[in-house]
Amino acid sequence: MTLLRDMEMSARKKRLLRVRKLQKSGISLILILGSALAFARSKGEKHEKQENVYAELGKAPKKAVRRSNPLQDDPQAVAAGGKLFGDHCAECHGEMAEGGRKAPSLLADPVQQATPGTLFWLLSNGVVRRGMPDWSKLPEPQRWQLVSYIKSLSPAGTPPDGGTRSPAKNPAKANE
Amino acid sequence: MKKGRNYSLNIASSTAISRHRREIAQAVAASVSGCLGNAAYFGLLLFLLAFAADVRAQESPYIVTYDHYLEEPGNLELEYFSTFGTQRAGNDFHAFWIEFEYGATAWWTTEAYFDGQTTFGDSTIFTGFRWENRFRLLQQEHFVNPVLYVEYEQTSGADKILKEVEGHDVESDYAVPNAIARQEHDHELETKLLLSKNFNGWNVAENTIATKNMTGGNPWEFGYAIGASRPLGLKASAQRCNFCPENFIAGVEMYGGLGDRYSFGLHDTSHYLAPVVAWNLPSDWTIRLSPGFGLNDNSHRFLLRWGVSREFSGLGEMISRWFGGGQ
Repeated sequence: MTLLRDMEMSARKKRLLRVRKLQKSGISLILILGSALAFARSKGEKHEKQENVYAELGKAPKKAVRRSNPLQDDPQAVAAGGKLFGDHCAECHGEMAEGGRKAPSLLADPVQQATPGTLFWLLSNGVVRRGMPDWSKLPEPQRWQLVSYIKSLSPAGTPPDGGTRSPAKNPAKANE
Repeated sequence: MKKGRNYSLNIASSTAISRHRREIAQAVAASVSGCLGNAAYFGLLLFLLAFAADVRAQESPYIVTYDHYLEEPGNLELEYFSTFGTQRAGNDFHAFWIEFEYGATAWWTTEAYFDGQTTFGDSTIFTGFRWENRFRLLQQEHFVNPVLYVEYEQTSGADKILKEVEGHDVESDYAVPNAIARQEHDHELETKLLLSKNFNGWNVAENTIATKNMTGGNPWEFGYAIGASRPLGLKASAQRCNFCPENFIAGVEMYGGLGDRYSFGLHDTSHYLAPVVAWNLPSDWTIRLSPGFGLNDNSHRFLLRWGVSREFSGLGEMISRWFGGGQ
């Protein structure tokens, strides 16, 4: 009987030890994830300090700059691009591409005056060290659709209808 | 009115908790609680999840192979995966894992996994956790894009998720009853070099695996995974739709072991070929399905894998605001 009880006690102790080990592992994991989050935060602050965020556009190779948009005459391209913009870009660049804490405005002159090829190059390569992922995971035609949409936006300071973007200018919204 | 497909993905909107999101958080809490018997550790994560905004994902269909794309910075992806496997000389099993994938920066993604399994006619057990990190090595897109993968695993010998196949992993290893297998505790360091390239809508990826079990004097073990996939449609349609071809990405992956430091090669190794398909729904969910077929006598004859995932944005931003970063 005593032997049985001892065995039972030892099994219970082992179980308790295992649970404690698990608890420790869980806490360590949360601490590690916490540091990752904190690191991400400090990276976010750095973004704000970047002054010339549009300088990356100037780094596009000449060959890329000269590329023209193969979907330029596609009547659906802007609408589809608007949908893609809402899905993947609005989170950082703002619902109306006006810019946000994490990413600059796409209505600004440097973007609107850039060639379609330059925008396509930037989308495909991202600006990884400044927090913009590369979007080459989207197939090439979808990136050109995004370029079509971005180029369809009015430059900053000249909203098409006195401040509110019309559904026609944000076709993704019109599709809702 | 159609569900507002978050064109207002700004932070203000992220604080509005939808019933939908609360349901997800509750379901996950129940699931994790079932795995570990204590949901408290994940309370923080679930709380964050409930408050985060959702965002449309464009996920690859691979289950074993990795391409070079990392999680978008500040986004959390919550994933659930299952593997059903047939077992000769033993009972079939269903292994499952929950994955929290967070984009710490545009070049670093960190993930936590919690694994469990049910062996039919035996028992259901928690089998361990993994902490994975992926680092993008080059800033821009190149002819081939390398990513470094480093993972720490603390699993038991009863782990059956087959997240990767390496060394001399063979089917008979999985026939051991849970009560015995779980007594083995492994601390593994797993490294991978992920190479991936996109062209004409196709993605081709190759992963080279090197793993060291740090318990005992185990040698380095090696493995591989390769995959190719392509969306069914390359252009996006202007309208939102569930069944548009661009929402589906189909492909195939192959993975297996390459022996260890002392016996490198195909001898006593297992290999699988698996068609894969991912369905990226406009409602922000991604569903993956992959029937896998063993290619030799050392492999399970059949593996059926499936998974669901959802991506949530604004997590990093919210944490930042909690610590005064947004002021």
